[in-house]
Amino acid sequence: MLRVDHLRVGGLAPVSFEVADGECLAVMGPSGAGKSRLLRAIADLEPAEGQIFLNGIERAEMSGPEWRRHVRYMAAEPGWWDETARLHMAAMAEAGAGGATPSLGAGSRIERMVRELGLETAILDRPIAELSSGERQRLALIRAVSDDPDALLLDEPTAALDTQARALAEELIKFLVLSNKSVLVVTHDAAQARRLGRRCLLVANGRVEEKAL
Amino acid sequence: MSYIALTYSDLAIAALLILINGAISLGLGLGLERTLAISAVRMVVQLSAVGFVLKFIFAQVSPLWTAGLALIMVLVAGREVIARQSLRHEGWRAWGVGTTTLLFVGTVVTVFGVGGLIQPDPWYAPRFFLPILGMVLGNTMTGIALTLDRLSTIAKRERVAIEAHIAMGARRFVALEGPLREAVKAGAMPIVNAMAASGLVSLPGMMTGQILSGVDPIEATKYQVMIMFLIAGATGIGVLLSGIGGVFLLTDERHRLRLDRLRKAG
Repeated sequence: MLRVDHLRVGGLAPVSFEVADGECLAVMGPSGAGKSRLLRAIADLEPAEGQIFLNGIERAEMSGPEWRRHVRYMAAEPGWWDETARLHMAAMAEAGAGGATPSLGAGSRIERMVRELGLETAILDRPIAELSSGERQRLALIRAVSDDPDALLLDEPTAALDTQARALAEELIKFLVLSNKSVLVVTHDAAQARRLGRRCLLVANGRVEEKAL
Repeated sequence: MSYIALTYSDLAIAALLILINGAISLGLGLGLERTLAISAVRMVVQLSAVGFVLKFIFAQVSPLWTAGLALIMVLVAGREVIARQSLRHEGWRAWGVGTTTLLFVGTVVTVFGVGGLIQPDPWYAPRFFLPILGMVLGNTMTGIALTLDRLSTIAKRERVAIEAHIAMGARRFVALEGPLREAVKAGAMPIVNAMAASGLVSLPGMMTGQILSGVDPIEATKYQVMIMFLIAGATGIGVLLSGIGGVFLLTDERHRLRLDRLRKAG
């Protein structure tokens, strides 16, 4: 379970909420309201006062890198530091002291996810620079979950996808929820928010309110 | 071969060349004459002041005076490193990284070169220690300034990729490994190039000076080769240490990328 307690982010009033294991909470609100900053602060990518607990353990009790191996942020514009997706996941597997070490071979969990999202497994070895934005976004989603983090903070994970790919990505997110992950998803699509969960956080006018969907 | 002293009238006659430059500027309406005059006067005043200070310090042959002037040189070089950054870090930390590196590298390499190789009596004789420290500091300062500047510029350019890596749980030196390598290379390149080109394009200043003062060219060459090794060694260590320091400047204790602490230089 992810519990946020009086978190102070940018110009927002202190935020408190919980996301249970196996729950997906949509984060909605106008552009520039602070949704991404809220997620980045929870992932400890920018300084913010307040406490955050993962399964009862406070963020300060872990190092930053360790926290981020458990609480994973996926940016709306995913960044890449190596040439191919497979090299990224291999680097994470090598560094992965916290989460489970993913197998990268044929028939592995990662290759299965690639196929489930409507892609060919060969895409893992193609240069990132040659891929479409939709392909990159799906690979970023797979990368984010590849080492099995406990909580996922997904910033508009389906924004670059067509209807069919979006439906497949939503299936993967639902599967992650069923696997007991705590998931936060930023979306501008109210129907998508309802498909993924029962509650949402509305970020607007410097406040964050919890609402039922 | 012997040393030929210059008279003040020799200098005055040489200054006529600057007057000719001024006349060209006036004639062509370049508007450079004022700057030219100020720069020429500054050069004369600054060099004269240094000449008198050195004459005084050389006469003392005191470890305290030598250390005092050496410290001032390090502080000024540290300030120059900061002045050459296109993106400035808030507070004193960047100045601290540059100055501490210069102090460490400058001291170690100069003590090694003067005390260990030249071996004057006493080993800290300011006539040897200070000019060699100056050459080591001048070049190391350029390397450090380049390294720190390149590191923050690349980090800003590659922010999305670096933050993606950090978000996946990478520690700061893993996430910034690429930029660090590139920055250290950039900082070391000038001295590597200078070694490759020295003697072909122009004679290094120190060697020219020694030859003019009557030293045998082979002896002058030996000194110059040693100095180049000292400078290259100091620059190599200096850019690596400052690059490591630069990674700490760009991140915090939670291994977050902190570009919010950078400001564009005015």
